[in-house]
Amino acid sequence: MSAVEHGRRRAQRNVGVRPRLDPAGRTGNAVLVALSLAAFLLVWQLVVWVSGFKSFILPGPYTVAERFVRAWAEGMMWPHVQQTLVEVLLGFAIGALVAVAAGVLLARSRLAERLLSPYLVAAQATPVLALAPLIVLWFGNGLLSKLVITTLIVFFPVAIATMVGIRGVDRRLLEMARSFRATDWQVIRRVEVPAALPSILGGMRVGITLAVIGAIVGEWAGGEKGVGVLINLARGSLFDIPLMFAALVTLALLGVTLYLVMVLVERRLVGER
Amino acid sequence: MTTAGEALMTGPGRVAPAGILVDDVSLTFDGSRPTPVLDRLRLEVRPREIVALIGPNGCGKSTLLRVIAGLLAPDEGSVSIDGRVVAAPDERVGLVFQEPRLLAWRSVEANVRFPLELAGWPRDRQRARVGELLDLMAILEVAAARPSTLSGGTAQRVAIARALALEPSVLLLDEPFTALDALTRERLNVELQALWERSAATIVLVTHSIPEAVFLADRVVVLSPRPAHVVADVPVPIERPRRLADLDSAFVSTVAAEVRSHLAGAAEGAA
Repeated sequence: MSAVEHGRRRAQRNVGVRPRLDPAGRTGNAVLVALSLAAFLLVWQLVVWVSGFKSFILPGPYTVAERFVRAWAEGMMWPHVQQTLVEVLLGFAIGALVAVAAGVLLARSRLAERLLSPYLVAAQATPVLALAPLIVLWFGNGLLSKLVITTLIVFFPVAIATMVGIRGVDRRLLEMARSFRATDWQVIRRVEVPAALPSILGGMRVGITLAVIGAIVGEWAGGEKGVGVLINLARGSLFDIPLMFAALVTLALLGVTLYLVMVLVERRLVGER
Repeated sequence: MTTAGEALMTGPGRVAPAGILVDDVSLTFDGSRPTPVLDRLRLEVRPREIVALIGPNGCGKSTLLRVIAGLLAPDEGSVSIDGRVVAAPDERVGLVFQEPRLLAWRSVEANVRFPLELAGWPRDRQRARVGELLDLMAILEVAAARPSTLSGGTAQRVAIARALALEPSVLLLDEPFTALDALTRERLNVELQALWERSAATIVLVTHSIPEAVFLADRVVVLSPRPAHVVADVPVPIERPRRLADLDSAFVSTVAAEVRSHLAGAAEGAA
């Protein structure tokens, strides 16, 4: 075992290992989450009982749960979820990648910021809901139009978070890197982006939930498959409101899962700083 | 295995000691009101010499260090190391800042490796060199630790190890121990002297502490208030290795008093 390896192992035993939340604390949190979910379901059921709405207007949680399980068991849900998932993940990946590059450029060049900022703000101020029909018209109702919409919606929060994060990097670290003759690319890759990572990942956390919205908006504007299409079908030709709710629950679960994955990635990458 | 002495930047046969010439350097900071910082400053540092720069607050000591390191270009004059003009950050120079400036997301080991990665050293050489430096600075135990878990003294040791990574022949130290408590500071001064004794490094140290300057340096150069120029060059002819107890001797007190009087004179002259 090398000296460095030996030192590393000893250090892992002695220092640098942060205490995690104790098991009792974690159990307490899980109980709280379960209780709040139970309270939500109870209120929902109470509203159904008190209002007397029929299930084609407001189905109760049991009806929705039953339809949710059936839709999954029959294999109706998965193809739509798969399509939406592809749109969300691909659109998010492309949008986030372009946004990080643009954020770095905006942070390092005042000229780029002055030239691009008005367009960025204007694009952000225009609701994607209004742009979606146009995008579907231009790019067709296949995957491409969904990717364009999702990329657009992810771009802004990630680009701004990257710009703000990189502008906030301690200038003394940049001077330190320059003293070791770091090139511009080395400064970006090894100092600025890692230092700005908490901010960038914060932007991505917002971006991943917006990506789900982007994909659904794209599917509503025109598409053959996807959870958004299923919601439209359930409301329209099928007139199966419990199925619509089951699709909404699926969508909510998808959004929460993706958000939690981002939180885990964030903890893994910046948690130990 | 390499011994600690050989591991240092300039073990025998590795890097030759280098002399520094600061030749009539002037520098003015631009802004709404241009501020002259250095005024035709001339300083010569012989190979393997330790020179301490001392002067009033804000006089331009750190700026001078950055000019020597190639981080700032002078308006007039030049800096050369072994006759070669410094025009940009130079691989022969290692710079230690007042704060450790460690990268929070990297372990100690990865922080020390940072300059080697930038310089494109092969991985096996990087590994070997980092091992030598961690051993040399007695920080092997914390190799995997994050900077946020280190004490101030240990963090500054890591910064020194990082500055030594590329085997520089000149080591520039910008008030490296200012933020530390008195005892840690004294211990690191002793360690720095031991490090220098095993090496052929030329060291320029910026400090506010007269005892630190007298303990470490062969010469103490006193700078005037801004714009800085040299007002006194006080030799410290005390045998090495020096011990902390030497600071209490009458001779050291005389040298320190001389430095103090030049410093006070420079400050009064400006007022």
